[in-house]
Amino acid sequence: MSATSMTMVGGLNAGLRAALDHDPRVLLMGEDIATLGGVFRVTDGLAKDFGDQRVFDTPLAESGILGTAIGLAMAGFRPVVEIQFDGFVFPAFDQIVTQLAKHHYRSAGHTPLPIVVRIPYGGGIGAVEHHSESPEAYFVHTPGLRVWTPADANQAYLGIQAAIACPDPVIFLEPKRRYWDKAEVTLGTLSADDAQRMWSSRSLRTGSDVTVVAYGPMVRTCMEAANALAELGVQATVIDLRSLSPLDLDPIFGSVRQTGRCVVVHEAVETVGLGAEISARVVEECFYSLEAPVQRIAGPHVPYPPSRFERHYLPSIDRVVAGVMQVMAE
Amino acid sequence: MTEGEHTEPLRLLAPDGSLAEASSALPLPPQLLEPDLLRALFRDMTMARRVDTEATALQRTGELGLWSSCLGQEAAQVGSAHAMDERDFAFPTYRESAAAWVRGVDPVALLGLYRGTTHGGWVPDEHRFALFTIVLGAQVLHAVGYAMGQQRLDSGGAAIAYFGDGASSEGDVHEAMVFATVTNAPVVFFCQNNGWAISEPVHRQTTVPFTQRAAGYGMPTMRIDGNDVLASLAATKWALEHARGGSGPVFIEAVTYRMGAHTTSDDPTRYRPPGELEYWATQDPIDRLRLLLINREVAADEFFVEVQAQADALGERIRAAVRGAEDPEAGLMFDHVYASDHAQVERDRQRWSAPFAEGGVMA
Repeated sequence: MSATSMTMVGGLNAGLRAALDHDPRVLLMGEDIATLGGVFRVTDGLAKDFGDQRVFDTPLAESGILGTAIGLAMAGFRPVVEIQFDGFVFPAFDQIVTQLAKHHYRSAGHTPLPIVVRIPYGGGIGAVEHHSESPEAYFVHTPGLRVWTPADANQAYLGIQAAIACPDPVIFLEPKRRYWDKAEVTLGTLSADDAQRMWSSRSLRTGSDVTVVAYGPMVRTCMEAANALAELGVQATVIDLRSLSPLDLDPIFGSVRQTGRCVVVHEAVETVGLGAEISARVVEECFYSLEAPVQRIAGPHVPYPPSRFERHYLPSIDRVVAGVMQVMAE
Repeated sequence: MTEGEHTEPLRLLAPDGSLAEASSALPLPPQLLEPDLLRALFRDMTMARRVDTEATALQRTGELGLWSSCLGQEAAQVGSAHAMDERDFAFPTYRESAAAWVRGVDPVALLGLYRGTTHGGWVPDEHRFALFTIVLGAQVLHAVGYAMGQQRLDSGGAAIAYFGDGASSEGDVHEAMVFATVTNAPVVFFCQNNGWAISEPVHRQTTVPFTQRAAGYGMPTMRIDGNDVLASLAATKWALEHARGGSGPVFIEAVTYRMGAHTTSDDPTRYRPPGELEYWATQDPIDRLRLLLINREVAADEFFVEVQAQADALGERIRAAVRGAEDPEAGLMFDHVYASDHAQVERDRQRWSAPFAEGGVMA
């Protein structure tokens, strides 16, 4: 075990390398992932080290990528697929929802499809249309899929290995605006127990006044907001969900029973987003502990706007602080 | 160009039971005329047809929710499935019940899908026959991926993808041909052009033979008489050997005809032109093989009586088993959603297993 400072891109690269080393059935496939190393360089150097049978470029056809990955999994492989950007997953949506998600169920457990679909997601990088979206609710709404998202480089390193080790299909959402954030990464083999623990939520900070729930890119935003809130005399618990399917909500219920206040933060559109589900469940489980309505801080009901709007669109530290202060005033 | 202006599909066995002259485009290997094989092909087509008529009857009496008949397509399916060896794997649509029969899938298990007791019904690996796929064309990509896997395993095996003229318009089928050709994957595209996609005739899907499209992707093609079991077997055998040998994918268009409705919910009298069904009845795949068996004196009356008795016994077994099938226990609905525990599934399993009085949702 050794701790090294890495970007999230570096952590993902190291995690993929560890998985390729560990299991000869692991394959990486996608657009521009081999020679180029991916448009974000997440797979940099892996084709050179593991060969073009294990790390390979595909034709530019997302349904084809997912469909052939399913066939490869049926042949006993563990494909890790890269979809280049969030907004490009939709041509593959049919294969993901009607085939990938349902096959274990359809085959009464005889044919698991251990496929990981890596998707850079979310905004904040000044990109053109279809390059900044947060499609997680579509996948969380689909039984048969697991959905996971890292908040930092170490989580990315561990999470990608846990996702690859998982017998179920995993939609692995990578918060692209955190790709270049550095963190200490503890390199080493992920045990089965370690991998299992990655499917739980984790508390990053404990405070007695309010429970802030976030995931992916919003974890850093919420931690920074929590620091600002502390200066205002408000102590926040911040919980990183990590796993969006399954949702590990018991720690959130436990926290809300103590704080009486809950704020859920995500980039995706608020309407029928993850915040709606979490809010409903918190109300069901913690109704008599609540001091204020559960607050959601999320995207407005508009398409992801042109990038010059995104500072208005994305939940900022200020919006999180203001949202928390609003529930504190109740 | 219209369909009619193209050359006739390759044929080895004519409707009158005669064998075609040897053609270089589709040679007839002598072993295809072995009496045991000819009798097995006849038996399999007859049994598959009996499964089909029995299933239609069971739907009509309310025992099945739906049935998608393969009546008329027995030669295309039985011939192609007979070409597979133990290394190959087939990826069917929902109409491949004759191919399923050849692969050893119990018709009673298969009918669970249509009775509504399962979305699957058999273990794909045991039969090297994937589950029926209802979303058009989706399984064609799975076949290509499976074939890409065989390249990496160096197994020498190939995949066969079944699909129809309607599905040929789906993007997945085109993407599959791109992936297969650029990776040189050992896969056979077996397109049964049965003339109709529910109510849409084949000219709504294409203005050229399907083989012409496939050739454009860069693979060898064959357009065969799909009601000729020997042509289906010979073409698929050649194609699988080509693929297994590392020479890449092959596309076969089997020109056949859907003698029944799209499914038991369909009414083809609303769209089928007069005379069409009558013409295709003269092309029947089983009748022509019967004539060949008689002409070559490899089967006599007692063989046909015996096969008929086996088919009747199969029909009775299917009828009794389907009628006697119990509905599954409610709790089974929660099994196998995931390969590992999932909190939301387990929460709902508990809620659904508890009575109302205890906060559950079950009466």
